[in-house]
Amino acid sequence: MMDAGLPLLEVTDLATHFHTQRGLLRAVDGVSFSVRRGQTLGIVGESGSGKSALARTIIRILSKRHTTTTGRITFEGRDLLTVSEPDMRDIRGRDIAMVFQDPTSSLNPVKQVGVQIEEVLARHLGLRGRAAQTRAIELLTSVGMPLPQERLHQYPHQLSGGMRQRVAIAIALACEPKLLIADEPTTALDVTIQAQILDLLHRRQKAHHMAMILISHDLGVVAGYTDTVAVMYAGQIVEQASTRSLFRNCRMPYTAALMRSAPNLSDPPHTRLRAITGRPPDMVLPPPGCRFEPRCDDATDICRNRRPALSASDADGTHRYACWHPVASPGASA
Amino acid sequence: MTSYVLRKLLRLGLVLLVVAAASFLLMNLLPGDVALALLGNEATPEAVAQVRAELGLDQPLLMRYLHWLGGFLCGDLGRSYITQVPVMESILDRLPVTIELMLLSQGLALLIAVPTGVLCAYKAGSRIDQLANAVGLFLLAAPVFILAILLMFLFALKLRWLPSTGYVPFMTDPVRNLAHLALPALAIALAEWPSLFAVLRGDMIKTLQQDYIALAKAKGLGPAFILFRHALRPSSFTLVTLSGLQIAATIAGALVVETIFGLPGIGRMLTGAVYNRDMMLVQGCVAVISVGYVLINFGVDLIYALLDPRVRQ
Repeated sequence: MMDAGLPLLEVTDLATHFHTQRGLLRAVDGVSFSVRRGQTLGIVGESGSGKSALARTIIRILSKRHTTTTGRITFEGRDLLTVSEPDMRDIRGRDIAMVFQDPTSSLNPVKQVGVQIEEVLARHLGLRGRAAQTRAIELLTSVGMPLPQERLHQYPHQLSGGMRQRVAIAIALACEPKLLIADEPTTALDVTIQAQILDLLHRRQKAHHMAMILISHDLGVVAGYTDTVAVMYAGQIVEQASTRSLFRNCRMPYTAALMRSAPNLSDPPHTRLRAITGRPPDMVLPPPGCRFEPRCDDATDICRNRRPALSASDADGTHRYACWHPVASPGASA
Repeated sequence: MTSYVLRKLLRLGLVLLVVAAASFLLMNLLPGDVALALLGNEATPEAVAQVRAELGLDQPLLMRYLHWLGGFLCGDLGRSYITQVPVMESILDRLPVTIELMLLSQGLALLIAVPTGVLCAYKAGSRIDQLANAVGLFLLAAPVFILAILLMFLFALKLRWLPSTGYVPFMTDPVRNLAHLALPALAIALAEWPSLFAVLRGDMIKTLQQDYIALAKAKGLGPAFILFRHALRPSSFTLVTLSGLQIAATIAGALVVETIFGLPGIGRMLTGAVYNRDMMLVQGCVAVISVGYVLINFGVDLIYALLDPRVRQ
């Protein structure tokens, strides 16, 4: 790749505020990250942490009437927030594609599978009729769909959940996008299907040298399939690192709590999982200091009053966290 | 799909039998003697008995029902007690007027309701949406006869674009036929538009929040394509149901409009028959109108299956 050094997508100080009857809801509040070609960024957080809003902001599919977006989203050198709507429509589905959480609700129930794949081929590649059908069969084959030809004329309700998600992935990959945003692509599926779908996404990504943003609430999913991870809490990124560094050496108490709340194979039997107490803050009136402070065991006065900035934890500045009282890293003196 | 249609057809047949029985019983269980009504209170018992025998009223109820049902199945609804004209003939005379008015008014109502409903759902909360809702509320509050009179005043009396009353059969002169039906159809359409508009707009707003609409946007599809090719079909179930009910209601319910515009439809004939105690004619009209209701419901069921593949199973 010619510009392998430059990030494909660079998000700077992005904020998305929903206009609600109670006031502004800060779903995404000052988020910055970047993704390079061929790389996978994982975004982890609880439900309601702003992950999906972030994904939808990047491809600009939130209602303009009900949201305000500020910041910069630079994709291949263009700021997506200033691109005209018709130009943005050319980018969506062709350069940036998205896979949604639940294929049962993300596929149109009254349209045949083939039609739903072919309309994206017609929109961006001008393929129609037999050519579109041939390509749709190729796509279904490439996502491991048995009997692809017969699937074209079936409706989503005639397929299993895993099959539906394969169709959704075929739609997303139809135009060989440069960036794929997968928003909890396996959350709605059976555990046995989850690994198949993640492996499929990983293989297609390698084949097309595609960048991917993998959004999940599941640390296990993120650990196995990403190069870097950003942990989101209450609309902000609270820790960001290479996947290896994050899992070895997390600094933010929230990340540590997330890891403790997931079962671990090396734990002795009957070890109690430690759930995080409390609930995420009200995003219309977030706490003035650190947003995790109300639920944090280590919180002090400074946490209540001043918001911690993302600061580097290691020499090259790739591992960053936002905390006044970081969890001790194994290398540092305890 | 075939088995779905067959199941619905079987049910249709059973419902029609029940409907026939109900419309027969309804008229026969009413108090009062038809023969007495025909001859007046001064009639001698012999004369009454003679008329009852002529009309077959001396037979047991079950026999009379079977006799009437046999006729009904062959399309013979008996003769009017008053004019002696076969009931079927009178109905067939009036039915085309009513059916044409029904199709024109409902077609017109949908023609206005679909684009406005879709647009206002897309622009929910905007100026244009608020305006459409205000107009809808006004039309909903205005009784249909006010609309009819206003339209007649404006287009027939002031502007003189269209005739105010009367009727010309379609086969005689299609242009004049449509000119005569334009105002009555528009009056009914305007009265029906607000509810069609409101249900479509509401369902459409819900559909537009679905994930598959987000996916359609994420594919790079434009708003018109998304609204009409992705969102309209899954949003039109209540619209189709309501439209079916409204069509059915116009068969008998266009009475006011038929009267104002002097159209010889079923509604007017039925009212006349009730006033004249012409039970045979009333019974026939009720039977035909009920069959109409049942057939329209059958049509609505078929449209559901066309709209949603999940219904066909």
